[in-house]
Amino acid sequence: MLSPYRALDLTDEKGLLCGKILADLGADVIQVERPGGNPARRIPPFFEDIADPERSLYWFAFSAGKRSVTLNWESEAGKDLFKRLAKTSDFIIESFPPGYLERMGLNYEVLAKINPRLMMASITPFGQTGPFRDYKAGDLVASAMGGMVGCTGEPDRAPVRISADLAYCQGGVHAAIGLLIALSHRAATGQGQWVDVSMQASAVRTLHTQLPYWEYSKHIVQRSGVRRFRGGVSTQEIWPCKDGFVSWMFFGGAVGTQQMRLMVAWMEGKGMAGSLAAEVKDWAALDLTKVSSEKIRSWEKVIGDFFLAHTQKELYQGALEKRIPLTPLNDMSGVVEDEQLAARNFWVDVDHAELRTRIRYPGFLFLTNEGNCMPKVRRRAPSLGEHNSEIYIADLGLREDELKALQREGIV
Amino acid sequence: MEKTALEGIKVVDFSWAFAGPFIGAYLGDYGAQVVKVESHSRLDLTRVTAPYKDGITGINRSGCFLVVNNSKYGITLNLRHPRAPEIIEKLIAWADVVVENFGAGVMERLGLGYDRLKKTKPEIIMLSATIQGQTGLHSTFAGYGWNTVALTGIGNLTGWPDRSPVGTLQAYPDSVVPWFGVVAVLAALDYRRRTGRGQCIDMSQYETTCQFLAPLLLDYIAHHRVAMRAGNRCPYAAPHGVYRCRGDDRWCAISVFTEMEWEAFCRVLGSSAWAKDERFASLHGRKQNEDKLERFIEEWTARFTPEEVMTLLQQAGVPAGVVKTNKELFEDPQLEHRGYFQCVEHPEIGQCYQQAWPITLSLSPLKIRPAPCLGEHNEYVYTQILGLSDQEFIDYLDQGVFE
Repeated sequence: MLSPYRALDLTDEKGLLCGKILADLGADVIQVERPGGNPARRIPPFFEDIADPERSLYWFAFSAGKRSVTLNWESEAGKDLFKRLAKTSDFIIESFPPGYLERMGLNYEVLAKINPRLMMASITPFGQTGPFRDYKAGDLVASAMGGMVGCTGEPDRAPVRISADLAYCQGGVHAAIGLLIALSHRAATGQGQWVDVSMQASAVRTLHTQLPYWEYSKHIVQRSGVRRFRGGVSTQEIWPCKDGFVSWMFFGGAVGTQQMRLMVAWMEGKGMAGSLAAEVKDWAALDLTKVSSEKIRSWEKVIGDFFLAHTQKELYQGALEKRIPLTPLNDMSGVVEDEQLAARNFWVDVDHAELRTRIRYPGFLFLTNEGNCMPKVRRRAPSLGEHNSEIYIADLGLREDELKALQREGIV
Repeated sequence: MEKTALEGIKVVDFSWAFAGPFIGAYLGDYGAQVVKVESHSRLDLTRVTAPYKDGITGINRSGCFLVVNNSKYGITLNLRHPRAPEIIEKLIAWADVVVENFGAGVMERLGLGYDRLKKTKPEIIMLSATIQGQTGLHSTFAGYGWNTVALTGIGNLTGWPDRSPVGTLQAYPDSVVPWFGVVAVLAALDYRRRTGRGQCIDMSQYETTCQFLAPLLLDYIAHHRVAMRAGNRCPYAAPHGVYRCRGDDRWCAISVFTEMEWEAFCRVLGSSAWAKDERFASLHGRKQNEDKLERFIEEWTARFTPEEVMTLLQQAGVPAGVVKTNKELFEDPQLEHRGYFQCVEHPEIGQCYQQAWPITLSLSPLKIRPAPCLGEHNEYVYTQILGLSDQEFIDYLDQGVFE
């Protein structure tokens, strides 16, 4: 899909996914690494728990399909080389603290003079300008400042994040969007531009209705454990079952009518509907916002007992047959073993010859009927500087002895 | 006036609820012409969901609808009316992109499947976004974003290890799938510019959200190790938590990744003797004694407001940030600096604040127009864009085609 384009990827963990997306879509993405290696190579877990820059699963996951060169861009010769790479590239992605590239003399303005068609995305915790531009943040701090943490967790404990570094991925996807919007602009005008991505704002974009809850109702949305306040009423979303947890939203109104009828019929069929069928004759006519919270809790007890009497698998199978929106709370094993993902051939085995193994990866970003466009993980993540000669000699036209000299000087 | 980046791109948006409509809104904010197709008989879920402006119920007043449908033209069209295909023919002939998020098979039953649309417009780009994809055993699963929170493992990964998982308040994958949707549409448009070819894209919430979890999935695949919810802890950083501060339910997040950050953290704490404790001198030691470490930290943070904790630590170079509420986001100086909240004038509810996107482009500013009222742009779209004569417009109207 993007096979004519080349990207230089300077990001650390904050932005790796952007280049991964472009690579999956067919672009030639070159990870430009310091001679010591990209900092994300030090993020665990490591393959077979051996801490090594060539074994980080984090790096594997988000740099698959890219090529790698090493370059000390803080040296003069390194800067020159970087500018030569930029001259023939379409995209640059970076996640240095604001101002760093300017101090290096490699900021967008400088590079755009060399290549006016160049598009650059900069991913930082808070953005390139503004009162917090120099503030530091990892996933947790960006998620907190973006409002995501405040509404997650239980009232009697501290607010929580999702236990995975998703804020980095959020910024990475928006960087890809920014670059593709810029590409559309370039197609019309010939002009490249600079995209400033904020991780904080990316977190805010996961909140949807919580902002209108303040703006229109002056309601501060609070963390509420397994319960959700939706459609004007608080009901349970996550339920324990016999061997784990399931997700099913107890809610009424026009939206809930069908699923409530189906659920109660299912429970009746097992003789477990208790007072539910007798108490509610017509779910379409029931307005849950007019029902006392004690009553709702008593109904939830009946439903909860039904779930507790069944396994995740039984409940999901039943829900699929009866068209009820109930799903298991999978852990990673449940995802990897999921029959739907298998049926769609989602997983792809990637060769790791150096580790004498193949590792199964999450596959395509989407399916398309246009064969040339099918996104795919093309190869394992590059080892450090794996493509130095391929890129510096074959692509840039350096001579072998020139490259050797640069290597001796520690520039490559 | 500068041309907007996506000017000239035409999108027909059949999608509803959350995950689909965000795609058209993102494209519309950057200048694409987006026509959202609705009907009176089957209202978009978000039109009838609280919160409503001033608490007054109304199909044009829901904050949910407003938040996902910016910068679109709104038309009503009864897709089941016998004369609807005539209008659809014109819409598709006009469009570059069609977006929908019905269950698998619904578009075909409505006579709007890709094979049908392609006959009208061979180079059409169609994107379908569903919970579990268009094919496979569970393709007909009709669910909500919170079902994907559960399927992907995000639900299980959120909460405390000694308690039930709590999941996320908002259906997280409802955010993720439209972002990938925008990527797919823009890449497909670029491919079409170069080759003249359209395509049909099948996007699954489940699969796109799995992309974010790739390291955890690889860890299970390679080692059969199952990642577990960990409150706020992180295997490669300590301290890494949310700490109670002065005030009513006020908190600050702090994360220390490097030894340099730890030393800076200790300098800020200055007089606290425990900070010099040997047990905390390395990441390994801090992870071993994390309960104790967190109790000490909270004794310190409890003396300050979260804003004070953040400022003290950030000035020393330690990542720290206030745990913000929805209200506090509106007052955040950094978001304000970025122009994140933009004031727009809505025809029925008046002035309201709408969100920009997390990106700022140096040459292509976004411009947000308010989400449409139901059928607000019928006359404009049907006569000006699709070229119906006034008489034709009235005939269709009388026959109930635009219901």
